[in-house]
Parts: sequence; C-alpha cells; structure tokens
Amino acid sequence: MAQSKGIRFDTLTLHAGARPDVATGARATPIYQSASFVFRDSDHAAALFNMERAGYVYSRIANPTCAVLEERISALEGGVGAIAVASGQAALHLAIVTLMGAGSHIVASRSLYGGSHNLLDFTLPRFGIETTFVNPRDLDAWRAAIRPETRLLFGETLGNPRLEVLDVTRVAALAHDHGLPLLVDSTFTTPYLMRPFEHGADLVYHSATKFLSGHGVVIGGLLVDGGRFDWDEPGKSAGKFPTLTEPYAGFHGMVFAEESTTAAFLLRARREGVRDFGACMAPMTAFQILQGIETLHVRMPRHVENTRRIVAFLASHPFVESVGYPELEQHPDRALAARLLPRGCGAVFSFAIRGTREQGRKLIEGLRIFSHLANVGDAKSLVIHPASTTHFRVATEELRAAGITEGTIRLSVGLEDPEDLIEDLARALRAAEKG
Amino acid sequence: MRIKVAGREAYGYTGARAFDPSRPTLAFVHGAANDHSVWALQSRYFAHHGWNAVAVDLPGHGRTAGDPFASVPALAAWLVALLDALPAERAALVGHSMGALAALHAAAGHPERVTKLALLGASAPMPVGGALLEAAQRDDHLAFELITGWSYSPSDQLGGNPMPGLWMTGNGLRLMERSRPGALYADLKACHDYADGLGAAARVRCPVLVAIGERDQMVPPQNTAGLLGALADRRVVRLSDCGHSLMAEAPDAVLDALRDFVLGS
Repeated sequence: MAQSKGIRFDTLTLHAGARPDVATGARATPIYQSASFVFRDSDHAAALFNMERAGYVYSRIANPTCAVLEERISALEGGVGAIAVASGQAALHLAIVTLMGAGSHIVASRSLYGGSHNLLDFTLPRFGIETTFVNPRDLDAWRAAIRPETRLLFGETLGNPRLEVLDVTRVAALAHDHGLPLLVDSTFTTPYLMRPFEHGADLVYHSATKFLSGHGVVIGGLLVDGGRFDWDEPGKSAGKFPTLTEPYAGFHGMVFAEESTTAAFLLRARREGVRDFGACMAPMTAFQILQGIETLHVRMPRHVENTRRIVAFLASHPFVESVGYPELEQHPDRALAARLLPRGCGAVFSFAIRGTREQGRKLIEGLRIFSHLANVGDAKSLVIHPASTTHFRVATEELRAAGITEGTIRLSVGLEDPEDLIEDLARALRAAEKG
Repeated sequence: MRIKVAGREAYGYTGARAFDPSRPTLAFVHGAANDHSVWALQSRYFAHHGWNAVAVDLPGHGRTAGDPFASVPALAAWLVALLDALPAERAALVGHSMGALAALHAAAGHPERVTKLALLGASAPMPVGGALLEAAQRDDHLAFELITGWSYSPSDQLGGNPMPGLWMTGNGLRLMERSRPGALYADLKACHDYADGLGAAARVRCPVLVAIGERDQMVPPQNTAGLLGALADRRVVRLSDCGHSLMAEAPDAVLDALRDFVLGS
C-alpha cells in the first residue's frame, strides 16, 4: 500500500520555507535588511512589476526573510500561502479590506480580543463596514445575523478571555452555505493545537507576537489563506467578492481569481493591501518570529502542561469562584474542545475570585513571578485584569455577555517550573483573601 | 477569455489581454488535475510581450465545464479545435506532463498548424504506477498526496518558493483537490494508455524544446530518452534541483528557456 510522504509538523517548524543561503552557506535564515532589490535589466524590472516573474522589488511588498516566515506558517497551517504584516491587528484589517468595502457587513463572535472589537465596533463603521456580534456558541444567532451584504464570518478559535471554543466545523459549514468565508483568529491555539483549515476555516490569522514568536519581544501578524474557498462559485459566492473576481484597474486589469485558482485572496492582499496600506513586517521581526517557531512544538506542550497544573490548583482553591478552562468538567465546551483541541486548550485562561475588585487588585499586585502586563503567549507567565485593561472600552452589558466580571483575572501561563507558579498564586491568593 | 470550442464553452487565461488575430499565438496546456493557473507567470509574460498567450482549462478542468477526456488523441483534437475557434491558423504549443502529450499528438497530426512545440515534464510512453492509478480511481486523497510527494525536488519539498509567500507543495496539493471527482483518474489513465507517443514524436516537423526536471519522480529523467531519440529537431533544457512542477519550481528558468526557444530562429 502506497503511503504519502509529507514532511511532519515538527520538522516543518524548523525547516519549512528555508534552505541554506546559496551565497554564503549560512544555515540560519539571513536577515535581508534591504529596502529594495537590484533588477538584472530593464526587461527583468518590468516583468517583476507586472507579475511575469517571481522575485523581489521592494520590502513593503515582499522581503526574502519575511517570505521564509510566510512559507513556514503556511506549511504549519496547511495553507497555500501567507502574508507577514506589522501586527495581528494589521492582519485582521488586511483580511477585511481585501474582501470588502463600504456597505459590507461582518458577522463576528462577541468573544473577541478587545483590539479586534475596537476595530469592528468603533472604527470600521466610519468606513461603512458594519459588524453584528453574536454569541459564538449560538449557531442560530450566526445564521440570523447573515444579511445579503454580509461578506465574512469571523471568530477566535478560543474566545478571549473566557475560552469559548469556536465550533469551526459548524460555523464554516454555515458560512459556506451562504457563499461566505470564515476567518479565524488562531493566536491562542497556534497550529500546534489546532489547524483550522482542517475543520473548514478559509482564512486564518495570528498575532505572531504571542505563542508563535513566544518570547514577547516582537509585534507581528500573519494572515494565511487556506486556498479552498471558491470566490466565484455560481449561486453561492459569485458576485459577492468583486475585488477578486472583477478586473482591478489598480493592477493592469488583473482578475485575481483567474490569475490564481488557489491564492487569489493573497494576490490581492499583497498587490493592493500591503502595497497601499503599507503595514508590512520588518525582516528583523520575521527573523525573530522564525526563531520562536523553531521551538513551537517543544514549547506548546510545556505551556499546556503547566496550565493544566495551575487550572487544577485554582479549581480546588476555596477563594476561587470559577475557572474557565475548556478541559474542566463544568465547561460548556468540554466535548467540543476534546474534538477540536485534543492536544490542549492553550495556556491563556481566566478565573474569578470570591472577592471584591479591591481584592482582585491585591491578588495581582501580590504576584512575584507572574508579570502584570498587557500581553499573552510569552515564555514568562503573565497576568491582567481584563475589565480595567484589554476590555475597558467594552460596555458593561457587552462585558457581561462575554462572560467578563469585575473579578475576572486572566493568566497566560509560561514555561517556568509549575511548582513556583502555583506557590506564587497561592501566596497572592492568601494575601487577597485576607483583604 | 470565454470561447466556444467544438460547440462547448471553454476558458482560456490571456493575461487580461484581448485576443488579437494579428499577433502570433502561444497556447499553454496544463497537466493532470491542474488548470491554467500553473502557467500564470510564463503566460502572462508572453501576453505582455507581443503574443496571444492562451493558457487553457482543458474540458472538465478549472473553468471549462464538461467531463475530462479519456484519451490523449481526444485532447489533441480539442487543442486543434481551440486553434480553429480562436482563430489561430498557426500557433506554438507548450504542454506540461499530460498537456505535453496532448500538444505532441496535435503537432504530429497537424504539422501545418504548429510552429513550435515545447514539452515540459514529458516522456513517451508515460506509464503511471498501479498504486497511484488505483488511488485516483477511488478518488482517494492519497493520490493527491502521492503526486505532491513525487512532484517536487527534495529541497523544494521544504519550500523556498521563488514566488514570495506561497507554500509550493500546499498550493499544488490544493489545486489538485479542487479538481472534479474522477478528473485525476481520467487524466492519469489517458497518460498511461497513450501508446503512440514515440510514433507521434517521429511525425513532428517543427522544432521542439524538451525541458526536464532532473529530480522529477513523476516522469523520471531517464524515461525521456526514447522521446528525445524520436524527435528530429529538438533541443533539451535540463533543470537541476527541479522536480516535475517545473513552472513553479523554476519559473524564471522555464520562462527563459521558452523565450529563447520561441523567439529563436
């Protein structure tokens, strides 16, 4: 019986997209710190500008170091390609503006990172793009929110900060029934824990600032195309995505869906989105994210292992009211998590104490190893109070709907010795409980 | 462009240029379970350098409806019908793998219509292994995976795509996955069953370019010897560290070879 010979995930984390440098033999990916690239002759220059030849012109559009990262995340996600951009926010923006313009509509999960919520709820309406937010667990709500002008469904693999597990399979099927793509923010899970394309998602993005780079030293985003969505399917998507299916005057009348059967979205996103909006990634940033990804398959199991230990500790602590981790018996998405996230539900979760807002403040300030800051996915453990920081612009009613209270505390569990982390939490909980 | 070929609508990519009968024509023909998009870079170059470049979707592939044809001679007849429909009295034909066999057969049968012939990743005969054929017949995803494993050089399996940001093997796999059920089997069977390759090669009257990927495992380089021997007027380009997906793995080298060949005397 013949068997496929695909290269495995752990090997791809180290090698995908990279090969020893032809010029020098350097084994590490070189940092191509150059704004521009020399043309061989005038014909070569014209051919590169007109997409008749492959290569590099200007690092806002494409850069060789960034391209290695783009290939690597595509390989790990099982996609056809990617674009590296300045941040996760830039990736979300690029996805949206590539697909739609004024008059369009998005249906999004209510449980989003505060920055994503800001973009959708406050900023994009000024440009004529409206969003309806729905309970991510309520498929009927997703369905009811879809309008004729809807162009995208969007959610997070694990909702922020309460870890609602997005039923990617069912939401994707619903989207496809309506000729729409599903975009997923996979920052919390990384391709090590879930590969959303395998469950039906069409576009995936990451804040690579988090677990992909893994050390809290860079800001970057990655937008990946699964290459399966048919942007011009008669009776379904046909007519909904003119940016991909009609001639684009801004690039010699190119019809992106004809130019590439599998990567039309990426072509438009690169040839218009990063060209015109300009939120490109710096090559040094790409190099640092590549360094992080090389150990993704080693770090993520330890992140999950440490998290499970801490979740177990908190769940049995008398001063803790609730712990929101999908592997716990009482979590409403436990069965779904077991199906979609068999390797674990990540290392970011929230818990609530049986106390006042002031006791919550004491808890956070009593921690010595956990750092109080606005980030997740660092090798070092982190803590934050969402209601007063990441979600402070979100109305109280919306906060409640997203399951966030004044006492909610979010942890991002790092790679320290778990006993030290538990002792740190135990000490801070004791101090908070005393009031 | 949309065009009626033998009474049925077909699609051809033209680099967003209208067909101009006063220009010379170059037709690009894809391989099994592929479509026009495998020629995007090369065909776009010619479309913007004085040629009618038409990268077709064969029947039952890409944007051309219908069932895939069951034989190489049928595909060749369709190519000649395409030239009639364009209309192009004469044209250069560029084919990859199965598309190369179709172009070869068309050139052999209609020497007055074909000015030049470029064969990429081709051999004659072009046998297909039993395990692959059986998987394709079952519409088993394994068939796509096997082809992906055999279609790229070992180094290209790890990436390094000349086209920035695209994951080469993922792209190739996804393109095949988007083919219609049964298309891969029909295509592979047509290649496997085609027994007239060497005879056709001997009947070709125009200059022929043969491009060989030296790490091709779908059509191993040693299998091309018979084809090369049968062609009267041929030149050979060997691409080192290149597998069966020549247009993706070595897009510039393929374009340069085609340009030198097509523009040369």
